[in-house]
Amino acid sequence: MSFLEIDHLQKRFARTTAVEQVHLEVTRGEFVSFLGPSGCGKTTTLRIIAGFESPSSGAIRLDGVDITQRPPHQRNVGMVFQSYALFPNMTVAQNVGFGLKVAKKPAAEITQRVEEMLHLIKLPALGNRFPYQLSGGQQQRVALARALAIRPQVLLLDEPLSALDAKIRVSLRLEIRSIQRELGITTIYVTHDQEEALSLSDRIVVMSEGRVEQIGTPFEIYNFPRTSFVASFVGTLNILRGQVADPAHGKILVDGQEVFASRGLERARTGDAVTVALRPEIVSLGEVAGNGNRMRGTVEDVNFLGSIVRIRVRFTDNAISLDTFNNPSLSLPQRGQALTVSFPREAVLALEAPPST
Amino acid sequence: MKPRRLGSWLLIVFGVLYFFVPLLGTFEFSLRLLRGVYSVAAYRIVLADPRFAATVTYSTVLALATIAVGVLLVLPTAYWIQLRLPRLRPVVEFITLLPLVIPAIVLVFGYLRIYNSSSALPLTGSARTTDLLLMFSYVTLALPYMYRAVDNGLRAIDVRTLTEAAQSLGAGWSTILLRVILPNVRVAVLSGAFLTFAIVIGEFTMASLLDRPAFGPYLQLIGANRAYEPAALSIISFSITWACMGFIQVFGRGASGQVAGAH
Ligand SMILES: Nc1ncnc2c1ncn2[C@@H]1O[C@H](COP(=O)(O)OP(=O)(O)OP(=O)(O)O)[C@@H](O)[C@H]1O
Ligand SMILES: [Mg+2]
Repeated sequence: MSFLEIDHLQKRFARTTAVEQVHLEVTRGEFVSFLGPSGCGKTTTLRIIAGFESPSSGAIRLDGVDITQRPPHQRNVGMVFQSYALFPNMTVAQNVGFGLKVAKKPAAEITQRVEEMLHLIKLPALGNRFPYQLSGGQQQRVALARALAIRPQVLLLDEPLSALDAKIRVSLRLEIRSIQRELGITTIYVTHDQEEALSLSDRIVVMSEGRVEQIGTPFEIYNFPRTSFVASFVGTLNILRGQVADPAHGKILVDGQEVFASRGLERARTGDAVTVALRPEIVSLGEVAGNGNRMRGTVEDVNFLGSIVRIRVRFTDNAISLDTFNNPSLSLPQRGQALTVSFPREAVLALEAPPST
Repeated sequence: MKPRRLGSWLLIVFGVLYFFVPLLGTFEFSLRLLRGVYSVAAYRIVLADPRFAATVTYSTVLALATIAVGVLLVLPTAYWIQLRLPRLRPVVEFITLLPLVIPAIVLVFGYLRIYNSSSALPLTGSARTTDLLLMFSYVTLALPYMYRAVDNGLRAIDVRTLTEAAQSLGAGWSTILLRVILPNVRVAVLSGAFLTFAIVIGEFTMASLLDRPAFGPYLQLIGANRAYEPAALSIISFSITWACMGFIQVFGRGASGQVAGAH
């Protein structure tokens, strides 16, 4: 049964439609990410759930209760902002206790709950500091504790990590996830960072231009993107353009070379233009047993990225990138070298529509 | 580099002379009531005059009331405009500037026409209601300073996000204004309050035309009839103003620690 229901939300501003028929049912304790490029309506959707915006149409139901018209301060929804938004005039402990104080809880209970929360975020000694005396990562943890202190029914986070540097981002996101699991709190997490969404979420909602493109587990989103938008937004992706040669067997011609696709050609006819997608990590150098596809090309570029090496191979009009793990004993191919690449049939995804780029 | 620095020093010296020579002159003059010797006799006379204490008290009370009403009016207005009606900002800024453009004498004649004892709202009918009218006209006079001070304070903080953070924690409007917004613009409110105080304490036109026993008209009265006492009074009112300034500085700093420690 769904705990939080986002029922066909729509939000129009004067000139733009920010959110278009967004529908989503979240179960209790689930961690859902909204993923999409800038301006796709993630924040607007989140703000509607929090009550800061009211939808043009549609409804929000929480635990079976319609809260669409309820003002934000009566929703019991916790919110964490990108800019931390700690109250500068209050200490860490006062910030965390603010919601409880507003709810007129007894002082002893507040003190105890604040202590509990500071332990949860692993900053038990910093209760008397002011926000300006904390690092960005610490401030955001305090903001998380503040949002959780009131025991909200839903926790909303709007790009909580994007103001932090890369190392802290990774460690803090793991911490957020473990706290979320520990408390079993239903969470919606907005991000434009696909790695964050893939590593954290139970489910991901990929959005584009106000619409939901696909909802699924990280595994589904990454491996079986339904639209070319999802395919190109999530992960690095090779796009190959060709013509259908034999729809029944999924045979395609890419720059004159035969490629077999896994699915999606049933409705196509011979000679139709077709676009397929291919993940870089699934392509191997040379022929590998079990790979049903092989193509010949020349090395255009070799990029050393640390643990992996990304090699770009050009056919004629099309080119693909492939990733191999770095290995000191490996000799890397040279630019201009001719070679064979191979990949399994299942890895070749025919897309619904050609990507706009 | 060097001639430039010399230039700045010359400017500073000029500024200091410009401000302090008249003050020193006034001070020196105020000490010469008794022929041939320096004495504080003029101060004694001024301080012994019961009208001095009465008018200063009257003006101080009026100033405090003006500040209270001004803050109550300006803070929520500026807050709401910043939060929800940013497009109205130029309009409101223009309105708050009007008291600088319209002379006080014009304002007060307007008041007298509208609120005279034979009007629908005869505020000038009794002393208390005239005090009220005077206080409201001071709120108007101080509006440009108060609004600008508070608005600057609000611009320095992220009003929208702080408001939303407080809302999501269950706070209603009054809680947000009192516990989140006000403490974070306290210094701005204090500087607005100080300017208001300085305006009200020496204001002459309105108090005089509404015939209230304020410090401004008293100053004028003494100035017109005596020689040495007005100089002493000027020095005293300067001291009051400066004491105020110092007091607010100290209070401003002390209060920041206190507010932070109180909740
Ligand atoms: N208050 C508003 N008035 C008018 N248009 C708005 C308003 N808020 C958002 N929009 C528009 O709605 C669209 C979606 O905005 P939103 O903030 O939800 O995007 P987002 O997905 O959160 O992007 P980002 O990753 O940049 O934060 C944008 O085109 C934006 O310009
Ligand atoms: Mg956003």
